Amino acid sequence: MYISGVKLSRLSLAVPANVVALGVVSLVTDVSSEMVTAVLPFYLVLSLGLSPLAFGLVDGLYFGVTALVRLAAAHTADRLRRRKLVAGAGYALSAACRLGLVAAGSSVAAIGAVVAADRAGKGLRTAPRDALISLSAEPGRLGQAFGVHRALDTVGAFLGPLVAFAVLGLSGAYDAVFVVSFAIALLGLLVLVLYVRDHRGPAAGSASIRPALALLGPGRFRRLCLAACGLGLVTVSDSFVYLLLQRNAGISAEFLPLLPLGTAAAYLLLAVPLGRLADRVGRGPVFVLGHLTLVLVYGLLAVAGPFWLVLPLLGAFYAATDGVLMAAAGPLLPEPLRASGLALLQTGQATARMLCSVLFGAAWSAFGHVPALAALGVGLVACLACWKAVR
Amino acid sequence: MKRGVILLAAALLLGGGATGYTLRPGREPATAGQTGQAGLDLGVPGRLLVRDTVTGLVRGSRTRCERFHAAAGTGVCLVTELGAVPTTYAVLLDRAMRETRRIRLAGIPSRARVSASGRMISWTVFVTGDSYDSGGFSTRTGLLDARTGRVTVTIEDIPLVKDGRRYYAPDVNYWGVTFAPDDNRFYATVSTKGRTYLVEGDYAAWRARVVRENAECPSLSPDGRTLVYKKRTPSGAWRLHALDLAAQRETPLAETADVDDQAAWLDRNTVMYAKGKDVWAVPADGTGTPRLLAANASSPAIT
Repeated sequence: MYISGVKLSRLSLAVPANVVALGVVSLVTDVSSEMVTAVLPFYLVLSLGLSPLAFGLVDGLYFGVTALVRLAAAHTADRLRRRKLVAGAGYALSAACRLGLVAAGSSVAAIGAVVAADRAGKGLRTAPRDALISLSAEPGRLGQAFGVHRALDTVGAFLGPLVAFAVLGLSGAYDAVFVVSFAIALLGLLVLVLYVRDHRGPAAGSASIRPALALLGPGRFRRLCLAACGLGLVTVSDSFVYLLLQRNAGISAEFLPLLPLGTAAAYLLLAVPLGRLADRVGRGPVFVLGHLTLVLVYGLLAVAGPFWLVLPLLGAFYAATDGVLMAAAGPLLPEPLRASGLALLQTGQATARMLCSVLFGAAWSAFGHVPALAALGVGLVACLACWKAVR
Repeated sequence: MKRGVILLAAALLLGGGATGYTLRPGREPATAGQTGQAGLDLGVPGRLLVRDTVTGLVRGSRTRCERFHAAAGTGVCLVTELGAVPTTYAVLLDRAMRETRRIRLAGIPSRARVSASGRMISWTVFVTGDSYDSGGFSTRTGLLDARTGRVTVTIEDIPLVKDGRRYYAPDVNYWGVTFAPDDNRFYATVSTKGRTYLVEGDYAAWRARVVRENAECPSLSPDGRTLVYKKRTPSGAWRLHALDLAAQRETPLAETADVDDQAAWLDRNTVMYAKGKDVWAVPADGTGTPRLLAANASSPAIT
């Protein structure tokens, strides 16, 4: 961290130190986790000799695990007023999983369990971390705070694969990648322990989950949740976008792993400016604007328009919606229930998006990609119109 | 200040440990694709060849492969150079294991096969990142007709007939080709909508039809009468089965372990396959017991 000391101090003039610290933790942790993500398919197929179908099972849907863990962890974090502790437990669990991969050897079942535990670690930390961010910045500057955090996070995602393949090239061994990834994850955990301050505001009081569920009663937070879930139902997974892009543009399949980098680059560049814009003109309008860029993405894919626009637009969509949604939700939630509320929102949105991918896959198989994309685009516009109407 | 010192010390310690582990001696960098003979002759009939899982070399040669197969003086070696954009090649080998041709592929090597005559060559690579359901995968299976030199980059556009009707779906994935003695008919696996099927293809006529469900990575016997493939059991494990093509009678083999490999024929009555880190053999008629054929080995082939 001493390397980027100059940059950190300049940023911290505008952004609370705690937010920068959390961003650096995410950056370092993302380097570690993206290292594993980048080499895991090679490890499973080349080193362990897994066939495609077996790989699909290992990589399968741990979605339910993540969702349940996220809700439970957020509730615990709020109740104990120990958000840093719960987030730290998540970072620690994921770090331990790197060594778990080495220990699992060639057992497919053990590797599956390690991957599941890693996802659980991610589930543990997400909502308490976002709650800490939202409690660390003034309500009026939350968009910028989340923008800074997401930008730092994305830098980590960029570096991870580079580090992984450098280590693999030097050592020729997958376990070296896992060990280096473990060391980096520990470093991230240490930054969290040393530099992140916990926010121990008033306690939620009871052990009951009723107050958290009551957040979904009539009010602005419920409307925000409904809007996010409705829009989630018409937000297709990135993999579909890359697959359509690759097919339409005739990009060779070996370059598929590079496409997400294009999205990440735009996300990285736009996260802070769009977060600041959201602070100035309102989070709602920027959120809506973000989804309109997604409509453009669908349109470009459907009519096979200029392909080079797709990735920047997708990155802009994330920059205008991901952190901005959290920034919009934070002030609507009472402080003792901040993590629980954010977890509800994130889980609802993720569930809706997963449903959308399943439905889109079926529609694509049945009717082709143009009608499926058109349906999504119409759905998006309809959701935005409804949301405007009820606001 | 104190925090900074702790962090710096930890970073140095972790960095040193990680560097030491990465560069510790006794390891070879992962370079691939060098070929060269060392007395191996793919033209001598009846010789068992395997890939050494420790060194990555085809045993008895200096050729490094991720997947390997050979028959009748022709070999195919799938190699990958790792990187942000992994580069994979199907390297064609002559009887002295010298490279004769190199075809660039997109994906991670999964299956390789040479027909009994050495004329037809097939490979399957597997691509992550373009699956459209999360946690999925996709495969690319290609063919080479060594007599004409014609390469089919992917067979996924072959007209497919299922239940008597032309079948269309954007999600078809083919893998694990095996060739008939006539070098024209072939069998393969297709997966679509979450199910896997055995298909029979005709190379010259360029068409294929679904033969039966739940049969992956077929391997046709030298006489063309029996297919051995892996079939998913209700427990989720794969078990090798033999199919008598004339009688359409399916028999489970005596290997009861979960086997995830495309079997190859050791002789007229026996198949061999990778199980764990070793290559095993078992009679192809359901009798007998599995026996260890080669330790620390994969990709078995008989020349």
